[in-house]
Amino acid sequence: MQGLKQSIIASLWFMFLTFPIMVVRVNTIENTIEWRWMNLAYVGVGIFFISYVWRWALARKEAKQYETESTTKQKKQLWLSRAMEEPAVARPALAAIFALSVALPLLVTTYQTNIFISFLLYVVLGLGLNIIVGVAGLLFLGHAAFYAIGAYSYALLNHYFGIGFWVALPLGGLFACLGGIMLAFPVLRLRGDYLAIVTLGFGEIVRLVLENWSSLTGGPSGISNIDRPGLFGVELSVADANIYIYYIVLALAIITIISVQRLKDSRIGRALQALREDEIACQAMGIDRVNVKLMAFGLGTAWAGFAGVIFAAKTTFINPASFTFMESAIILSIVVLGGMGSNLGVILGSAFLVLMPEYLRAFSEYRMIIFASAMVLMMVFRPQGLIAPKGRKYHIDDPDLVQKGDS
Amino acid sequence: MDWDFFIELGLGGLTRGSIYALIAIGYTMVYGIIELINFAHGEIYMLGAFTGLIVAGVMGVYGFPVFAILLMAIVIAVLYCAAYGYTMEKVAYKPLRGAARLSPLISAIGMSLFLQNYIILAQTSDFLPFPELIPDFEFMEPVAHIFGSTDLVIVVASSVSMLALTLFIKFTKMGKAMRATAQNRKMAMLLGINADKIISTTFIIGSSLAALGGVLVSTHSGQLNFMIGFIAGVKAFTAAVLGGIGSIPGAMLGGLFLGLTESYAAGYISSDYEDVFAFSLLVIFLIFRPSGILGKAPVEKV
Repeated sequence: MQGLKQSIIASLWFMFLTFPIMVVRVNTIENTIEWRWMNLAYVGVGIFFISYVWRWALARKEAKQYETESTTKQKKQLWLSRAMEEPAVARPALAAIFALSVALPLLVTTYQTNIFISFLLYVVLGLGLNIIVGVAGLLFLGHAAFYAIGAYSYALLNHYFGIGFWVALPLGGLFACLGGIMLAFPVLRLRGDYLAIVTLGFGEIVRLVLENWSSLTGGPSGISNIDRPGLFGVELSVADANIYIYYIVLALAIITIISVQRLKDSRIGRALQALREDEIACQAMGIDRVNVKLMAFGLGTAWAGFAGVIFAAKTTFINPASFTFMESAIILSIVVLGGMGSNLGVILGSAFLVLMPEYLRAFSEYRMIIFASAMVLMMVFRPQGLIAPKGRKYHIDDPDLVQKGDS
Repeated sequence: MDWDFFIELGLGGLTRGSIYALIAIGYTMVYGIIELINFAHGEIYMLGAFTGLIVAGVMGVYGFPVFAILLMAIVIAVLYCAAYGYTMEKVAYKPLRGAARLSPLISAIGMSLFLQNYIILAQTSDFLPFPELIPDFEFMEPVAHIFGSTDLVIVVASSVSMLALTLFIKFTKMGKAMRATAQNRKMAMLLGINADKIISTTFIIGSSLAALGGVLVSTHSGQLNFMIGFIAGVKAFTAAVLGGIGSIPGAMLGGLFLGLTESYAAGYISSDYEDVFAFSLLVIFLIFRPSGILGKAPVEKV
């Protein structure tokens, strides 16, 4: 009974709330009004049912908070991440995924290959950002700027000097990395939200300069006719070039996954994680904060540069509209939705955010709204992300050492 | 020096700055109380503009006088946006109290995308013309080409609402409770202040001011579409940071400062890079004085 009343109130409230926008559509030039009363009915019925689901999910979330440590321990990890820890499962699974991704362009259409290229690009971008946000804990909202630096370095080098893809690829990564270090210098003292704001401002500055420096970058209309990557002088058709780019980006994604995974367990990676946990304690332990922060930005942004070069090569046309704040926000969402600090999470997150809107094209009008609601719902009901990040545990197996430690 | 030009730019900056200040208050109040950058605030401004357009359109068809239309458009837009702000907080932010820092930020980005697409779906993604609701005053005639009646209304309306807000915060019981909550939420709750109510009120006030700004700017510029919230939001946010985020007088000062800087920079240096100046100012400020003009430096607890 209580629930029924609440749902009715909720649906009446939303009917009131959406009334002007959903029902009325005015044309101020011809002075006509279009009334769409059916929309009001849809909103009312929809909200009535959604409010039941909403309350059920909230109650479930609340109940979960009171579970004891021992009962949650096994449930906490998604089955997927548990399965990936078993070598007997993980190895054949990885082999199967690898074989499938190699064979993919032969199985699907050019259009689908294109979607998978952008999926893999986002994997690379997300993993790069994950180093900065997930591993080092620095809130960074300007990733798209470095994506842009990579893309524009290839486009400009190609346009003015005719430099090819394979030379531009490392250069793009290098420029983005240098840009990241340059940004890091002035913001060394900042943290938390202030850092987020500065990086947002920096991202917008880069985009605005690209947009307004028309003599160099072509302004809002961008640069077109960028060369596709060459294959030892072989001329490729557009469809074949696409498949070729797919393999390049697949290789890059695999290299990224391996290096980021190795990085996390390395000395630098541990320093980054120490910085995330407690900056002051980290300094007291003798870790050089300046170096570590520069390293985090440099290592994270370089991947954005590589991805940018490939993006420019894929589309053969770039303009500043591809590198807006929304782009940075979406890359950040990939990292957070997947689970900060978890590589598997980033891959799932980009699958979710890139593939989902593409395959929702059947509901093309509604896909962005579904996507946006999914972002909010995900944060409300599973804020730790798809794959909860977990710290590495260190054991001391030598009994002598343990005893020494005790005494 | 050409004084006419100088004054013209100054007046332009004043109009601009009052709008930035009006929207910046929403950011700064929310940040002051729950330390959240409410990215969806710009979208509330945009919703206000759309609600105003719909009201103006409907009343225009039935032939109401312009003055009544302006009044009703503002009143209804403010009411609706207050309701939107309230609901948004309940749906997207309240379940996230106490979650990690990034979660509400992502939720806010999701919310802003949601509202943009809601408008695209229910209305249109095209630019719509906004009717001129503020007729030219006779006495403005000699300066109308640089500072028209719309500019005057914008400056007066925002000054009045900011004054009212300042008095509200300073003298009412609610305002006192707000200040207490902003200073230390846990302690305020222990002393019997209903923090949920305070947070809702904050969203309601911020959204109302944004809606007012939305209607006034749209009649000034004569057009609107679903993207206007993003740009206005980022600028207002910059203003909030310049003034010292969390401080209400800071937001007003920051808004004016940003408006004037942009106007003079566009006039004397280059109008193409107008937005670049705004963001460079933001970056420079954050590096050299991260607490803004009026903000306090955060205390580092060890």
